[in-house]
Amino acid sequence: MRPIRRRRLALLLSVLAGAALATTLALLALNQNLDLFYPPADVVSGKAPIGKRIRAGGMVESGSLRHGIDGLEVRFRVTDMQANSFSVHYQGILPDLFREGQGVIATGELQSNGVLNADLLLAKHDENYMPPELAEIIPH
Amino acid sequence: MRIIADRAKRFGAPPLFYAKALPFQRLFGVLGVLLLMIGSLWGLGFAPEDYQQGDSFRIIFIHVPASFLAQSCYMLMGVAAVLVLVWRVKLADVCIDCTARLGVGLTLISLVTGAIWGKPTWGAWWVSDARTLSMVVLLFLYLGVMALKRALDGQSSAQRASAMLVVVGLVNLPIIKYSVDWWLTLHQPATFTLTAAPSMPSSMWLPLLVNVIGLYALFAWLLLRSMRVDVRMRHYGADWTL
Repeated sequence: MRPIRRRRLALLLSVLAGAALATTLALLALNQNLDLFYPPADVVSGKAPIGKRIRAGGMVESGSLRHGIDGLEVRFRVTDMQANSFSVHYQGILPDLFREGQGVIATGELQSNGVLNADLLLAKHDENYMPPELAEIIPH
Repeated sequence: MRIIADRAKRFGAPPLFYAKALPFQRLFGVLGVLLLMIGSLWGLGFAPEDYQQGDSFRIIFIHVPASFLAQSCYMLMGVAAVLVLVWRVKLADVCIDCTARLGVGLTLISLVTGAIWGKPTWGAWWVSDARTLSMVVLLFLYLGVMALKRALDGQSSAQRASAMLVVVGLVNLPIIKYSVDWWLTLHQPATFTLTAAPSMPSSMWLPLLVNVIGLYALFAWLLLRSMRVDVRMRHYGADWTL
């Protein structure tokens, strides 16, 4: 490689390395601000602010879903499948994919008693796809 | 290194490229249309539905190929930018022009199909998580490269400036890929990885693979086509263009 080209390539690589370094530092500084929602551990430990509009999410705990009398009101617990979980209270239409054992992200205000008063639910699905017949025989 | 550079330079001679690329262009065109037809019919009509999402998951057969291509297209643009900056290959600048245009289209398809998929599954057209935002950044990188090329008059300075922007923007590619692992997002993690078996049965990933290869071929067809047109326009008046 001719010297001038070697010099250009070196310059180019240093520009790329510099850009990568700057971006890495910026992303590390932003860190958790880039997370879309608070996981159950943050809600339980008090990291999530009380009385502010936040998003918190996890898995809908199996067996925790309770419907209200008018049919639109629901209560359920959101868990991280480990030790942490919190209650969600929501009134409104549920997303199609909302069900127990599936992911959910709730937007609303966290009360001081640890219950999230949600006004918006988003269903979060995982990266696994399978036909219905297969899903019946495979535990998941 | 020198052999590759010399080869590239010789193939990069405008008249030679214009003539030699034609059979490849035709081959990729036929291949792309054929594979996309097979893959789409297979995926939309015959592949099984998903146990959770039902039929709405079928948009994966468009969304995933377009998203792959939108990123591969930027990678190609990055390689072309290095060829412009270090070796001053003129054909590489043509390549940047054409990949930027195609990249805008592919990224838009990815974002729009993602929104259409998001509405029935997530419950929202748009949620600004790390994955969707980094894809929007990709769109603006493509648009920025196009705008920068048009903003500067001096031919070679416009080429070098836009190529530099392309190289800096390469940083965004790993961010897109790992956004779903590094941060909590609504977008699910990758179904396909190099290290593990895909988390879907072959009756689903086979038609998807056909469509991915088909879109790569279609992309190659469109790219060669627009590069040949671009090369000819840049040299308009020379013997071989008349």
